[in-house]
Amino acid sequence: MLAKRIIPCLDVKDGQTVKGTNFLNLRQAGDPVALGRAYSEQGADELVFLDITASHEGRKTFTDMVQRVAAELSIPFTVGGGISELADVERMLSAGADKVSINSAALRRPDLINEIVRHFGSQVCVVAIDARMDARGWTCYLNGGRIPTQRGLFEWAREANDRGAGEILFTSMNHDGVKTGFANEALAELARQLTIPVIASGGAGAREHFRNAFLDGHADAALAASVFHFGEIKIKELKQYLHDEGIAVRNI
Amino acid sequence: MKVAVVKYNAGNIYSVIHALQRMGVDPVLTDDASELRQADRVLFPGQGEASTAMRYLRERGLDEVIRRLTQPVLGICIGQQLLCRHSEEGDVDCLGIFDAEVKRFCPERHEDKVPHMGWNQIERPSSMLFDGFSGGEYVYFVHSYYVPLCRETIATTQYILPFSASLHKDNFYATQFHPEKSGSVGEQILRNFLRL
Repeated sequence: MLAKRIIPCLDVKDGQTVKGTNFLNLRQAGDPVALGRAYSEQGADELVFLDITASHEGRKTFTDMVQRVAAELSIPFTVGGGISELADVERMLSAGADKVSINSAALRRPDLINEIVRHFGSQVCVVAIDARMDARGWTCYLNGGRIPTQRGLFEWAREANDRGAGEILFTSMNHDGVKTGFANEALAELARQLTIPVIASGGAGAREHFRNAFLDGHADAALAASVFHFGEIKIKELKQYLHDEGIAVRNI
Repeated sequence: MKVAVVKYNAGNIYSVIHALQRMGVDPVLTDDASELRQADRVLFPGQGEASTAMRYLRERGLDEVIRRLTQPVLGICIGQQLLCRHSEEGDVDCLGIFDAEVKRFCPERHEDKVPHMGWNQIERPSSMLFDGFSGGEYVYFVHSYYVPLCRETIATTQYILPFSASLHKDNFYATQFHPEKSGSVGEQILRNFLRL
């Protein structure tokens, strides 16, 4: 049976991992390659590394890190952050990344999805969507949640799906950092409308939240950062719990 | 031991090289016929599109070189598919080692997503390639096309339908999944291959 995936996310700035709460207040949390290896040994199914550096020098540091991750780890990993054109994708894949996550660049120029798919295949193209729900419904945001757009979550996710994206990584800005569970209703609606896997992101605070994202939100994978970084949830124990709840996971 | 990795126009070849290096093996990446023939083991990995890959192999005469190899060969992912007789992907004749037709997954329910991507279990492993395995182990897959069950199947996986997770005939072995991305389980399979 195809397993539900548990994905730790590592935000990387100048070669170090950091994690924001509600996209603010960064705290240091260690060397990304060492942390990635530890997660892999605990049973993480995939890893996501997000480059939150803006500078040219930081980009180079990040590419070096991607090469080290590819050399040292034996599970798939996705990289994202600052990818705005095909050349960036090529650089990340050449450095050894399995998948590339695009966010603002895809919203600004949706053809980028088609270009990536045509050159490298659907499986490398993860479209990340940061969205917030307000009175008007779910709205997509640019630049790490700083700039609202006119695009709705569901219609943009469907367009990305139709353009050939391999997966949708949906972060609920309402839930991110709050640790009260994932946006399960929106996840379930995405699962209903899309034909590609959905990764749930934003809101993990307890192991039950992962269970609910899989059973109620019908997510294919769940991503979290700080609950793993600070050891609040151990991946091994989480997987044992999910297995006991009747959810297919690997490495029990 | 000399280990060669076939150099061609498929993606994701370096992850196999990294996996071998982590095991203390330093493989050579080559499209040179004599280097491939002289190696003790040959890996034929990759991700990509079947007809594009076959055209590349034919233009360089690599199709004949691979077909005539006599040492243990391991095809991975698109490598397994290219070792079959024919692929629906680009409607192309392949290398014909395994007597099988590569087909595209047809979703039967809304939940059946294509590509089949993620960790799934191998069942009924029956080969020295899976020495130490009893079935149920998780390995990493990324593919939209599959090899149906056939005489040469040595392990199966269930996704939409049961298909060939792995094949063996004579000196040719192949896996649809990526052992190089399958953690310690995948590493054991690569070790078994080097020990054949």
